[in-house]
Amino acid sequence: MSSADLTSERDLPPEREASAKGDVAPERDGPRDTGMDDASLHRWLTRTWRTPPGIIGALSSVDHKVIARRYLVTAFLFLCLGGLNAVAMRIQLSGPQRGLIGPDLYNQLFTMHGVTMMFLFAVPIVQATGIYLVPLMVGTRNIAFPRLNAFSYWVYVSGGLFAWVSFALSMAPDVGWFAYVPLSGPEYGPGKRADVWAQMITYTEVSSLAVAVATIVTVFKQRAPGMSLDKIPLYVWSLLVTSFVVVFAMPAVMITSTFLILDRLVGTHIFNPAEGGDALLFQHLFWFFGHPEVYIIFLPATGMVSAIIPAFARRPVFGHLGLVLSLIAVGFLSFGLWVHHMFATGLPKLGASFFTASSMMIAIPNGVQIFCWLATLWDGRPVIRTPLLFVFGFFFIFVIGGLTGVMLASVPLDLQVHDTYFVVAHFHYVLIGGAVFPLLGAAYFWFPKITGRMMSERLGRWHFWLALIGFNAAFFPMHIVGLWGMPRRVYTYPAELGWGNINLFISAGAVLFFLSFVLFAFNLVHSALKGAPAGDNPWDAGTLEWATSSPPPSYNFARIPVVTNVEPLWAEREALPVATGLRVDARELIISTVAEAHPDIREKSATPSIWPLLAAISVGGTFLYSIFTPWAIVWGAAPIAVTLIGWFWPKGDPEDEE
Amino acid sequence: MNQRPAMDISGLPTFGHGPRSPTWWGTLGFMALEGTGFALAAGAYLYLATLWPNWRLSAPQPNHWPGTIVTLLLIVSLVPNHMLNRYAKECAIGPVRIGMVVMSLLGVAPLIVRWFEFPALNIYWDTNAYGSMLWVLLGLHTTHLITDVGDTIVLTVLMFTHHGYSGRRFGDVGDNVFYWDFVVLTWIPIYLLIYWIPRLG
Repeated sequence: MSSADLTSERDLPPEREASAKGDVAPERDGPRDTGMDDASLHRWLTRTWRTPPGIIGALSSVDHKVIARRYLVTAFLFLCLGGLNAVAMRIQLSGPQRGLIGPDLYNQLFTMHGVTMMFLFAVPIVQATGIYLVPLMVGTRNIAFPRLNAFSYWVYVSGGLFAWVSFALSMAPDVGWFAYVPLSGPEYGPGKRADVWAQMITYTEVSSLAVAVATIVTVFKQRAPGMSLDKIPLYVWSLLVTSFVVVFAMPAVMITSTFLILDRLVGTHIFNPAEGGDALLFQHLFWFFGHPEVYIIFLPATGMVSAIIPAFARRPVFGHLGLVLSLIAVGFLSFGLWVHHMFATGLPKLGASFFTASSMMIAIPNGVQIFCWLATLWDGRPVIRTPLLFVFGFFFIFVIGGLTGVMLASVPLDLQVHDTYFVVAHFHYVLIGGAVFPLLGAAYFWFPKITGRMMSERLGRWHFWLALIGFNAAFFPMHIVGLWGMPRRVYTYPAELGWGNINLFISAGAVLFFLSFVLFAFNLVHSALKGAPAGDNPWDAGTLEWATSSPPPSYNFARIPVVTNVEPLWAEREALPVATGLRVDARELIISTVAEAHPDIREKSATPSIWPLLAAISVGGTFLYSIFTPWAIVWGAAPIAVTLIGWFWPKGDPEDEE
Repeated sequence: MNQRPAMDISGLPTFGHGPRSPTWWGTLGFMALEGTGFALAAGAYLYLATLWPNWRLSAPQPNHWPGTIVTLLLIVSLVPNHMLNRYAKECAIGPVRIGMVVMSLLGVAPLIVRWFEFPALNIYWDTNAYGSMLWVLLGLHTTHLITDVGDTIVLTVLMFTHHGYSGRRFGDVGDNVFYWDFVVLTWIPIYLLIYWIPRLG
């Protein structure tokens, strides 16, 4: 007997035999959207899908758009904080032997800058963009596991607060964002600073992993009917591949930070060479995560580029299949590169050669992507607007970063410039060029969808040129000062070395770059309040998020679209084909098959709940307490269990029962 | 944007078992990431074991018997686990209730034996890195076991309430079966690593 038989009388296929044994699960039914007029449909769906009013209601929200907006705002605030860290460091370094910041605070500053930018800004903001856009782009009404998604936000924001409150109390981690042992170990890292690093990392990665699983399942199982694998938008592909990379990479950093806290808290010897452990093991485990991390940030950015370019080139992207395969190839190869962060540790030559080869190999699929984008632009009729300007900025900066990357992949050069400003320049070119510029383009591109208003184009152009000039002024000279031998993570340098002028120039560039973000923030706020109304599809783009109103209603789509083309809105300009037959009094959405996206199940999506917040509080409290005693895990288990049971226990809604 | 009805999906069922259900895929996702964690912890053990020529660092051999009993219990539990899966697919509430009680008991049993497994390692976590890794591996799997047994017990109670008799709950039972398989499967390599690899050297 197949489970297709387990439906109500009305739905049963005629050939169904009487169930030989056991019972058949009951199904209740409610009003459907078939034949319903638009006004009634809107009334029903609004009532069913709304986030409840009031503070408790807001804290209970499971709407992917609400959660994503919170994520985006929070990540932007962390970007500002991390940026202020950088400005403080640049002021200190603007001249030789300045006394503004001492070594202890400087150590905390560069550690917090790295931790904030990597764990509290970059990864969360690309995931948040996905939380907002993926369900819209695949044509569904909410992300898979909406409560898990809400939980992930509370974990993320409390983890970030934890790090920054520690900083305010001068107990922020001061061991660099990768916190190598033995410096961070029990012997050389007294106090609680390294513990803050370890627990904050483990805790916030729970959030990334939760979002990754929710994203994968949304893409696999909630795609609109007809959106077979070859019709999935490239942005969604990029988030899918990224989520897989997260699933296989993030556990490595959780294992690393857990081993570290065990060594520090209960006296294990995992990283202690005196008792049979090994310090390099830390680096292996960390970089097994740390290198894919770069691609976790970069791949969604390429997805954004692949969404922006066709909209402004006015033609479908060239080499869709090639781009998808490149994304997948980069995802795989990103796991074969971690040792190139460890060339200076005296590894066997053969191993180093292997990692040199694979580091160079990853340039191939990335190159394929760049050529496909250029071909799209070359063959299209490009309309130059701010989002596309940022894509051009991305090409320029990222290609330079890629070239220094190929240089650094060679062991002899790497040994020369290891831990110098050359490396600092390289990874800022890759990360800011590769991720932040596309992200800024994406902000201008999707802002109208999120707020219903356009951003100012004039301010956008000012922003772009200020950012491009400021960025290059700040980071290009770092290559040079790095080749001169200036090490990273020094809080000052003597005047005799002659690095003063170039550092002053770098600091001026950094201030300019910072100002570009001030302008961006002003543009965001001003446009959200006073921008020109956007309409549903201001760019006349082709993917499904533009088929609904701006901002989208709580239920995303009044009826689930049926997809016939990779750019569905360009293929169906007259009227969008839609599916009918979903219930309107319960949160129903379509579950489809993985490859072909045939509609398969009418599944209920979870209702709002306060329990994910309570669960995050109990998990967060346990992590905080565990900095001081291992017994926290024992005492924390009870509240965690209670809140999780509260979360999963059915409350009698149709969404819980059927 | 204008719309035109192109497909009627009103006849679709409201739940499905196995790979048809999103929860199954979510469970698979969590298995993948937890499995990666296990693999990396095991990798760390093997890394240290190959790094030090005198591995086991002159520690005594662990007593494998409690671990072996846990292994046998876990393997035996797979039989009722899969019978339960069949009942869940048939939406047979009576046998599912009995099966869930059995699986709760078969979850608690290895946990009791596990209590005796830690002292049988014959080394503490803070003696040396070998001891640390044994405790980490056993600790990881124990956490795994405790959370899944807790989950099973809650679901068992749920199945005896009026919430139990619904397609969604039968799907939950199916996913619980799936996850238990994973708990058993991850134990096998850890068991070999803890008790039999040290006997090789």
